[in-house]
Amino acid sequence: MKFEFLEHTADIKFQAFGKSLEEVFANSALAMFNSMFDGKVKRKKKERFSFQLEGGGLEGALYSFLEEFLVLFDSKGFFLGEIKKLKIEEKSGAYFIECEFVGDKAKNYKISLDVKAITYSEMFVKQEKGKWISQVVLDV
Amino acid sequence: MKTKKISKNIYEIPREGKMLVPGRIFISEKMTLEEDALKQIANVAQLPGILKYSIGVADMHVGYGFPIGGIAAFDVDKGIISPGGVGYDINCSVRLLKTNLTKKDILGKKKKIVEALFRKIPSGVGRGSKFQITRKELAKLLEQGAKYMVDKGYGEKQDYLHTEEEGCMKEADASKVSERAIKRGIGQLGTLGAGNHFLEVQYVDKIFDEKIAKEFGLKKNQITIMIHCGSRGLGHQVASDYIKLMEEKYGIKNLPDRELINAPIKSKLGKDYFSAMAAAANFAFANKQLITHWIREEIKYIFPKIKIDVVYDVCHNIAKFEEHVVAGEKKIVCVHRKGATRSFGAGRKEVAEIYRKVGQPVIVPGSMGTSSYILVGTKKAEKLTWGSTVHGAGRVSSRSKALKTIKGEEVKKRLHKKGIEVKSGSYKSLAQEAPEVYKDVDEVIKVVDELGISKKIAKLKPLCVVKG
Repeated sequence: MKFEFLEHTADIKFQAFGKSLEEVFANSALAMFNSMFDGKVKRKKKERFSFQLEGGGLEGALYSFLEEFLVLFDSKGFFLGEIKKLKIEEKSGAYFIECEFVGDKAKNYKISLDVKAITYSEMFVKQEKGKWISQVVLDV
Repeated sequence: MKTKKISKNIYEIPREGKMLVPGRIFISEKMTLEEDALKQIANVAQLPGILKYSIGVADMHVGYGFPIGGIAAFDVDKGIISPGGVGYDINCSVRLLKTNLTKKDILGKKKKIVEALFRKIPSGVGRGSKFQITRKELAKLLEQGAKYMVDKGYGEKQDYLHTEEEGCMKEADASKVSERAIKRGIGQLGTLGAGNHFLEVQYVDKIFDEKIAKEFGLKKNQITIMIHCGSRGLGHQVASDYIKLMEEKYGIKNLPDRELINAPIKSKLGKDYFSAMAAAANFAFANKQLITHWIREEIKYIFPKIKIDVVYDVCHNIAKFEEHVVAGEKKIVCVHRKGATRSFGAGRKEVAEIYRKVGQPVIVPGSMGTSSYILVGTKKAEKLTWGSTVHGAGRVSSRSKALKTIKGEEVKKRLHKKGIEVKSGSYKSLAQEAPEVYKDVDEVIKVVDELGISKKIAKLKPLCVVKG
């Protein structure tokens, strides 16, 4: 299982899973887009981003990672289909993230939710029994 | 959390641990107190410079940092300002328009109206707007709000004069809004968004106070139009940006909740956030102004003689510097209203001139397909809740549960049977916003009316609903 949605009174809460930190980050992004539209998304357009972040911890890194996708969604109408390449490097508390992915124009899909923001509410990224798990609440 | 009943509809969370002040909850016995929301009230009570109480009103439910329906005021010298006390959707707000039509004028035309509005006003997400603006002009808009739109020909002067802050927070500074926020918002002017945002054609079903209703220009069976939306991606990004900047500057170690990150009001970062927040608020005012103009344009094709005027426009997610009485003395304080509405009584200079002798109109939208209310602000609210009241019904049930148990198609059919035409870009969105996932708005209104923090003036019922 890549991710699952949990009960939340007002907004969207999910947990994502992965064998590696990269995988749990990638599945978190897919979960976020799945909350907006849960059908098949064509892989037509290629996009990438990279950024560096200091002092926010793993949660801060995940927050910023997901936010990159939100900015792309709002500014370019880009809807994520699949993550092709993801590199996460940590050096004394600073994270460097590089990501390549494919997707399609959002207007080609019936999107039912507007994700306003990623939140730190109940957020965690941790390793449990050798597997990675993240939890995120989205403000919608 | 331990709560203690003070009097009818008023409960207290006694001060304990790191709380600097007690919590105050304005809620009826019938309503359940959500434990997590109470915890959030107690967390807010720990923030530096908080005055009197950390407050929750009747539509309260769990939010981020502050609960939704959370209100707190801070001392300007010793206090803080927190993006978590405003919310991600800065100036998520409601505008009410009145028309010269009555219910019988639109019978048989509801479908046509809903189709026309859906076509004209981009709702949902990822669809973008046909309104183009350069960055230079957007910077002006961020500092001028609704007036910018009116000056460009999208509306009338009366529109912004009948808006909270006259449609412009003067403290706005566009240079404090990041490039990312601009990128997210520049293509979204004139769009509704999705989630709980909507456009509704309604009729006045009931008048509770004839005299004040007349002052507001409302009468029985009159057609009104309600617009509920906010500052879109621009405002959301302003919140995220300043949360990050404040984390970098002040760290997260001493916070009861990471979403309560804050900066001293007097600090550079505190001031910058307020200027950026005000710019985002102006974006929201301008957004609704453009939507108002498009509604006028479109409805004219169906009713050539229609006249549409703004009754009022209120902020739901905002921080404001206002004068209030603290320990017997008048003082400027920083009031945070998160999912709460200003509810000023007669005489305050902030209330639009035409309403100043009765108090400001308070607009409380119900959930989709249920009633909305128009109330009037009161002096009592200024005493009890820093001049604030509720903002809506408040959710009780999750979206995932709604999707499992409710079908959008059925919601549409059910509302059609009740005489309400709904149009949405997605059935899923209809299911997630079905009336049953919200608290009973009638009970919420009953509580605030009994408390006197706002008084019932009119009840509106929907006829056409456009959802994102």
